[in-house]
Amino acid sequence: MTLTISYQLFLEQFVQQLLNGLFLGSIYALIALGYTMVYGVLRFINFAHGDVFMLGAFSGLYLNKWLAPMLTTLPWPASVALVLVLSMIICGALGIIIEFLAYRPLRDKPKLNVLITAIGVSLFIEYTCQLIFGATQQPFPVLIPKSNIAGIGGLTVTNVQVIVLVTAFALMLGLRFIVMGTRLGLAMRALSLNPTASSLMGVNNGVVISFTFGLGSALAAAGGILYASLYPSIEPFMGITPGLKAFVAAVLGGIGNIPGAALGGLIIGVVETLVAGYSQSLGVPSGYKEGVAFVILILILIFKPSGLLGKVEREKV
Amino acid sequence: MLKIDGLNVSYGSIKALSGVSLEVQQGAIVTLIGANGAGKSTTLRAVSGLVKASGGTVFYEGEDITNSPPHVLVQRGLCHVPEGRMVFSNLTVLENLYMGGYRRKRDAKFKSDLDYVFGIFPRLKERLQQSAGTLSGGEQQMLAIGRALMSSPRCLMLDEPSLGIAPLLVKTIFEKIAEINRDLGITVLLVEQNANLALAASSYGYVLETGTVILHAPSAELRANPQVREAYLGG
Ligand SMILES: Nc1ncnc2c1ncn2[C@@H]1O[C@H](COP(=O)(O)OP(=O)(O)OP(=O)(O)O)[C@@H](O)[C@H]1O
Ligand SMILES: [Mg+2]
Repeated sequence: MTLTISYQLFLEQFVQQLLNGLFLGSIYALIALGYTMVYGVLRFINFAHGDVFMLGAFSGLYLNKWLAPMLTTLPWPASVALVLVLSMIICGALGIIIEFLAYRPLRDKPKLNVLITAIGVSLFIEYTCQLIFGATQQPFPVLIPKSNIAGIGGLTVTNVQVIVLVTAFALMLGLRFIVMGTRLGLAMRALSLNPTASSLMGVNNGVVISFTFGLGSALAAAGGILYASLYPSIEPFMGITPGLKAFVAAVLGGIGNIPGAALGGLIIGVVETLVAGYSQSLGVPSGYKEGVAFVILILILIFKPSGLLGKVEREKV
Repeated sequence: MLKIDGLNVSYGSIKALSGVSLEVQQGAIVTLIGANGAGKSTTLRAVSGLVKASGGTVFYEGEDITNSPPHVLVQRGLCHVPEGRMVFSNLTVLENLYMGGYRRKRDAKFKSDLDYVFGIFPRLKERLQQSAGTLSGGEQQMLAIGRALMSSPRCLMLDEPSLGIAPLLVKTIFEKIAEINRDLGITVLLVEQNANLALAASSYGYVLETGTVILHAPSAELRANPQVREAYLGG
């Protein structure tokens, strides 16, 4: 009798952690997609990507403030969608500007130069935001009125969590459509395979690279707003940790591989949440969850450097 | 159609081309032959804008196109099939062909061009959904040429279409090049190491040696030239 109850409890807890992990992981996935797409077309890691995620959250905060008179007249799903889409557009444009000003002039230089520049851009954005927004935590507005959805058994799932998950997956499907179903998406894939050949086919590589940055940054911005909806307290350095974890997710899935990045994000989210949830039984402090992603990174670099879905590319000559 | 005048190209401190001049008449097949490292590929790369020319001029259809970017030139009907084919390995055969026509509307003409490509390379039609990286070397070359045809070119620059392909298939590919030239009126600049083949397929030839044109004449004359016979045709 006692055994069955504790077994059921264990199962409930486990499923609960799994769900929590999926919610968080879907956000990591959105960020990871940007890393992997930019890597695909430029072969470098845009370390400023996590900061675009932070800018997404802040633009959500300010849009909500500035547009308040109009937003209050709308039903909440419409106002959430509006804030989300506008933030994505703003941050998409910022991503394009960052690439144009900071990375494009270094196009023909060694990749290390661009990588170091990306770190510089990251610090620049963080400290500029600290100057503008202040260093303290700011509450993120309640975009989605929270209510618990009566779950099965002892599971608690809020509507916010469900909306985060659904939005993230909808965006990923939208991205899939762009990449697999449009001319520009085809050009992105071609460019990532062979930029010389794509330019010989008539692709203006510069335009496709801008588009890729815009797309990746828009997804990061959406990630920022969703993240801030789950953890409604934001500050200029909030992008660093999720950014790094999403980077690990992209490597885990196979850097440059788009479905891989989505999968990697979900895995990191779930594993991290499970470690936090079972930290006591595992005998480690729950703070160790922050290190989980990096343990995974080390393991993947040792055992499968090309990532879970990464292919070893070979060209016939 | 295409006129190169005193072209200079350097890779850093290495001078690859010094004063290369050549001319391709509309509707002709002209070949550029030379040994490894002579600068044949560099010449094509400079024309299509993949490397910067430090001196000289390139005229295409009477206009100065020196150092124009490749994507602009494709739209004007000048298409370069690079050495090593460079098919998009993870894309399907069909997607590769679509990439060839990237700048074009998918209209009736596009469709008929696609059918033309399938007509000359039926093997491609059988492998539409196969990823290009899994094609054989010869099939990849067919795809590279077919992809270029999808851009609806008026002038095609082919860099070593015979590279690494079995002799029988090389023969087919050269026949197709002649067919394309005849049927579609596409001007061809053909770069080859295989001088025998290239001189047989062309009407005029240029011989490149360490970045300079040392000889040019109608292909038949070059084939008879003792100097060319010894150096490039194996005696
Ligand atoms: N990217 C590069 N960087 C430095 N040097 C280069 C580069 N590409 C070519 N070269 C040099 O330029 C010269 C001409 O090379 P090119 O590729 O044009 O020769 P090629 O005639 O096409 O030879 P092959 O028949 O082997 O293809 C060579 O000496 C080569 O080493
Ligand atoms: Mg060459």
